[in-house]
Amino acid sequence: MAKAKTTKRPDAAGGNRPFIYNRYAPRQLREALAKMQRIRRFEECAEESYMRGHIHGTMHLSIGQEASAVGICMPLNAGDQLTSTHRGHGHCLAKGAEIARMFAEFFGREDGYCKGRGGSMHIADVANGNLGANGIVAGGLPIAVGAALAIKKLKKPNVVVCFFGDGANNEGAFHESLNMASIWKLPVVFVCENNGYGMSMSAARSTAVENVADRAAAYAMPGVIVDGNDLSAVAEASQIACDRARAGDGPTLIENKTYRWRGHSKSDRNRYRTKEEIEAWVAKDPIIRFQDEMKSQGIVDDAAIAEIRAAVEQEIEAGLEFAKASPPPRIEDLTRFVYTDPIP
Amino acid sequence: MNQDIRALSYAEALREAMAIAMEADERVFLMGEDIGVYGGAFQVTGDLIERFGADRVMDTPISELGGAGVAVGAALGGMRPIYEFQFSDFAMLAMEQIANQAAKMRFMLGGAVSVPVVMRFPAGSGTGAAAQHSQSIEAWFAHIPGLKVIQPATPHDVKGMLLAAVADPDPVMIFEHKLLYKMKGPVPAGHYTVPIGEAEIRCAGRDVTIVATSIMVHRSLAAAAELERENISAEVIDLRTIRPIDRQTVIESVKKTSRLICVYEGVKTMGIGAEISAMVVESEAFDFLDAPILRLGGAETPIPYNPDLERAAVPQTPAIVEAARRLVTAKA
Ligand SMILES: Cc1ncc(C[n+]2csc(CCOP(=O)(O)OP(=O)(O)O)c2C)c(N)n1
Ligand SMILES: [Mg+2]
Repeated sequence: MAKAKTTKRPDAAGGNRPFIYNRYAPRQLREALAKMQRIRRFEECAEESYMRGHIHGTMHLSIGQEASAVGICMPLNAGDQLTSTHRGHGHCLAKGAEIARMFAEFFGREDGYCKGRGGSMHIADVANGNLGANGIVAGGLPIAVGAALAIKKLKKPNVVVCFFGDGANNEGAFHESLNMASIWKLPVVFVCENNGYGMSMSAARSTAVENVADRAAAYAMPGVIVDGNDLSAVAEASQIACDRARAGDGPTLIENKTYRWRGHSKSDRNRYRTKEEIEAWVAKDPIIRFQDEMKSQGIVDDAAIAEIRAAVEQEIEAGLEFAKASPPPRIEDLTRFVYTDPIP
Repeated sequence: MNQDIRALSYAEALREAMAIAMEADERVFLMGEDIGVYGGAFQVTGDLIERFGADRVMDTPISELGGAGVAVGAALGGMRPIYEFQFSDFAMLAMEQIANQAAKMRFMLGGAVSVPVVMRFPAGSGTGAAAQHSQSIEAWFAHIPGLKVIQPATPHDVKGMLLAAVADPDPVMIFEHKLLYKMKGPVPAGHYTVPIGEAEIRCAGRDVTIVATSIMVHRSLAAAAELERENISAEVIDLRTIRPIDRQTVIESVKKTSRLICVYEGVKTMGIGAEISAMVVESEAFDFLDAPILRLGGAETPIPYNPDLERAAVPQTPAIVEAARRLVTAKA
């Protein structure tokens, strides 16, 4: 495989309409917009609760990267799985998680997806196929490959999406995982969300190649560079990769070029990047872009957008109420869940 | 020694020690993730990049196995690297280079080389960072011949022990409890060392010996103050180094008090407390014991996210007080 390719935007069959408008019904497109809004508002509210001291620990926000999470998950079916990262709220919601149970987790409560034991950095939704965020950079890559191996051995029709950041592509686990997925032709889609930085280190400083997708060549799989703020382009790349995986042709490496608006985590003073750079990317808001595109395609108008937003606000409010009312774990249950059969 | 003593935080004391080491010796340099303009995940390196430049305060990619291994190689090659892990939990990615290479190189080559590398590990729970960012795994390292493993508990000690570590010809692993970074204490200016392998009696007592490490030293001192009001006199030993352990200080103390409690944050089973207990019962102090030895360590669980569970997962001051009370009042 030669150099990584950039996906061609306009769909040949559908004239100049981007991919998703040919592939999905208006109802599905409105749902995709609702998901992006849900992620944005969920994270803004989580951030606020954190600032007010209602949520402890740390959190990593994916604000500005919503098109990547939602677009990648559009071709996924109920039985498909994903592995996520420390910046995983968007992946979780995109795969169908409930806001209420996510908040409950952040508040450390029993109704949380991890029963208050994991928090933001380990958010998961196993019933919906989300095998979990990960506190270890690149920790999810071999796990995704293993889940894909299980799918192959069990002859299931499913795929595993493996999200990771640009920073993860310099861990040994990245290279070992891509190689194994390729030699065994496993149904896995590697998705690098390249937001320009691993904490303070720019991808340009940390990584010897220009594009993470260029590394696909070393593992004989397609490497695809995508405008990660363009929902349609992301969904299209994901569709092609999922089709290939389901057909038994093996893995793909997708690189979504995007940007995180917020600092890495709570302790970030943004000393490694300029205000101008941040502002330039904020101007490329993936949600506004998708909204405008849908408007010009005649799929939504301002009233419909307002309706979607209002529904999201309601969901958030109800979710926060639910989380606050949920009981905390009992201290006696400190060692519960360590083993399947408790050791006395 | 310079008599100028200031109140510095643990993080500031560490930074000062690294600056002194770099000023004194061109071969000393720093490596780690986000230690440059970011100043380190816990702001330990801070502004050192401005003072020493990016060649001596080197940001590495997120590549712990490679990064730690490069530090080992640079040490073999004549440099004096100080490698910062962002969290001690990530040392697991680099265990190969630490345990198979750094620890064994000198031995395997019949003494032909030494590996003067220093590695720093922010450790411990209490920050809500959950199971993969809160562990206390220092005992794993203390199980490996070839490494030296230290856990300074005060700003004074961390500066002196970092400087001792840089001067040491063998690999030294420093475990720094995250809750200590902001703790302030008196720190002398200029160069001084605190020897590796020597414990310190933080508070002398008659009735019970409490051997503690890292943050547990402070919880044990708080417990000792409370016990004092009940007329129980506790002797608190800050172990400071867990490989090699200062046997003599512990054994002499137990001979005096006849009772022993070990307090550490790592999981209780197979931990530091087991080693200290065995060391004491194997020694002449055995005959002096008036009560069973008690261990207070981490619960048999990964560190939970929920803050109340998190607190319950590691020893807190009331548990130390209660343990001492039980031991002292049980048998005379
Ligand atoms: C093995 C490991 N090393 C370091 C860290 C600390 N850390 C957490 S996130 C992060 C940056 C990750 O960057 P990237 O993969 O690009 O993801 P992003 O944060 O940009 O979404 C670092 C260094 C970690 N959690 N795990
Ligand atoms: Mg990144």
